[in-house]
Amino acid sequence: MVDAQTFALLRWIVLLPLLAAAVHGISLAWLRRPLSRWATIILSCGAPILSFVLAFAALLKLATLPADHRYLTDTLFTWMGAGSFSADAAFLFDPLSAVMTLVVTGVGSLIHVYSVGYMDDDHREDRGFQRFFCFLNLFLFSMLALVLADNLVLMFLGWEGVGLCSYLLIGFWYADRWNAYCGSKAFIVNRIGDFGFLIGIFLLFWALAEVDAATVSFRELAAALPKIAEQTVTLPGWLGWLPGAPTWKLTTLIGLCFFLGAAGKSAQIPLYVWLPDAMAGPTPVSALIHAATMVTAGVYMVCRMSFLYAEAPGASAVIAWTGVLTAVLAAVIAIAQTDIKKVLAYSTVSQLGYMFLAAGCGAYSAAIFHVVTHAFFKALLFLGSGAVILAMHHEQDTDKMGGLRAQIPWTHRWFGIGVLAIAGIPPFSGFFSKDEILLSAHLAHGVPGYEALYALALATAGLTAFYMFRLHYRTFAGEFRGTSEQRAHVHEPVQWILTPLALLGALSFLGGWLGPSAAFTSWLGVDPAQSNSFANFLAPALHGIHHEVSHATEWALAALALAVSGAGILLATWLYVWRPELPARIRAAIGGLHRLVANKFYVDELYDALFVRPLVAVSEGLLYRTIDAGLIDGVAVNGSARLVRGFATGVLRQLQSGYAQAYLVVMLIGTILVAVMVMR
Amino acid sequence: MLVEKAVALSAILFVLGTLGALTRRNLIVILMSIELMLNAVNLALVAFSRQWGDLAGHVFVLMVIVVAAAEVAVGLGIVIALFRNRESVNVEDSSLLKW
Repeated sequence: MVDAQTFALLRWIVLLPLLAAAVHGISLAWLRRPLSRWATIILSCGAPILSFVLAFAALLKLATLPADHRYLTDTLFTWMGAGSFSADAAFLFDPLSAVMTLVVTGVGSLIHVYSVGYMDDDHREDRGFQRFFCFLNLFLFSMLALVLADNLVLMFLGWEGVGLCSYLLIGFWYADRWNAYCGSKAFIVNRIGDFGFLIGIFLLFWALAEVDAATVSFRELAAALPKIAEQTVTLPGWLGWLPGAPTWKLTTLIGLCFFLGAAGKSAQIPLYVWLPDAMAGPTPVSALIHAATMVTAGVYMVCRMSFLYAEAPGASAVIAWTGVLTAVLAAVIAIAQTDIKKVLAYSTVSQLGYMFLAAGCGAYSAAIFHVVTHAFFKALLFLGSGAVILAMHHEQDTDKMGGLRAQIPWTHRWFGIGVLAIAGIPPFSGFFSKDEILLSAHLAHGVPGYEALYALALATAGLTAFYMFRLHYRTFAGEFRGTSEQRAHVHEPVQWILTPLALLGALSFLGGWLGPSAAFTSWLGVDPAQSNSFANFLAPALHGIHHEVSHATEWALAALALAVSGAGILLATWLYVWRPELPARIRAAIGGLHRLVANKFYVDELYDALFVRPLVAVSEGLLYRTIDAGLIDGVAVNGSARLVRGFATGVLRQLQSGYAQAYLVVMLIGTILVAVMVMR
Repeated sequence: MLVEKAVALSAILFVLGTLGALTRRNLIVILMSIELMLNAVNLALVAFSRQWGDLAGHVFVLMVIVVAAAEVAVGLGIVIALFRNRESVNVEDSSLLKW
């Protein structure tokens, strides 16, 4: 089928990184002849840059199409087909995937370039440089497959692929056991979410097959969904305490299953615990996978399934509340962390909570807007923290930093832009996207307790500003707290690192102007029909809820958010610049509370006691020692062997006398018996 | 009546051969006893062949003679090999394969 909607270059956006990864893999694992440094750089950085160029070309073509036909497709082959079911290896490039593809390839390219500088001095192991880029390219392929997939099955392939690459890259320095443990933790927690995702796919497919609309393709799913929108399911009796029990809308159940997957991938309560530990990986990995791209896959998936969530108000409310609670919890934990990457990790969890809040309130375009701006400023912050860590020779504890502003001025400047952006100071990008999210929470009358939702989101804005400025001051302001030897070696990073920082700094500064709401642009004299450009561009791909809201309200909300952020900044400045002796006294005064927060509310320990230890105990005691070693090895395998041996030595051995004539007698008797039987 | 006598002789020869094969210790004697059993069968085959006027019996006898010749060649070869190794042709000395 060749029509205006077919665009055969789409496949190369996805396949180029795969090709690069395959070349690396063949040269490393098969030929065992690693490529030279420059060949590795050109191959690995070239693939994402080319993908970005192709994605941009696809965007230009997309923009020429009318709004109701604004999508491009590219079908490679029928991946699997059985009866009425068929899943194609096909890609869909609509406004939603266009935005995500550009972010993934754009930010991804910058981080690849940065990685050259970051991993160059890494001689911890043989061929680490090329192995790193092999995984990075493979990750990019999986992420692009996830984003561009035209159906749920292909999306799940990418979904698992990014999980695998995340595992490989967190445990990249596997010689250290802790890193390997963190990689496994990320993988296992993600698998719990994937279980929900799979069940969701099955439920949705099954329900649609019942009404003869079996499909997994997103466009067909969206068209077929009204057929099952009114179906209900009856919950079993032991779930009677749930709100709305005993009958739920089927879409709510499916939506919750999908959200479990999203919560695993995007680190939401209760599955957020893996992300802070994922910081064990190299810093570019934290920037690319655990800040800018992979962790937003859950948000992307919820937005991609917006046609489902539009019919599932219950699931949407759960998403909004989970999001805002995660945002608050992670922000509170971030306040008491001293590891520079841990602060950023909890900040990522918190910002992801914001995105889910928006998605749960039906403001999908606001969620995606925040995905984009967050990708810019959080990648910038992580890469900046990587530059600091390199400058400090792999020291991550801000207790040993301070006063770095004078020694690494450029890193300080770019990091500062990121801090301002995440704190939501206009005109930096974070302000615009956060403002839209707060607005959507304020207007989300369909969600129970939306006033509290808004209040919590607002409080998180203040907390965010506070902990980010705290981090910034502790790193760059004040007196140096490390050893004098460390101090002597602090140095500005190489150009490979500074150039991506500069570009991301520019994006963090300007990114918000992709789609400021009409209230802000009318003041600048922009035609209202031309504003909200980002939301309008995305609208054909999403099933969001639209609110008409006066410009005065928007300005008032923005002013309120700004005031709260400003208060957070002031507090941080007061505590860490003007009265630097205060934090220690406050810590001493509220000792127990501080320990509770600094230890992340002991959630890891709680999970350890509730799930990990019982699971290990059951696996070790029951499954391994009793069933595997006892029943299967002992009774089934060794037992049957012992039985055969016993019968053989006890009974059968007696027949083997070794005397030829004894055998002859047996043969004779046998022959006679046969003869008698034949003659009868 | 000739047939009955021939078959009776054949049965006697066969039993003699069987007893020889089962009771004697000397490998060469056992081989000879087996030859005796084969020839008892040959006798019965020829007798029945004449009785029914069917030449198939003759053909079988020639066949058995050929096989018996081959068997003797192989059997005696084994006996010689065995004797070289153990300096004995007593079957009871060759019981390595027992448990």
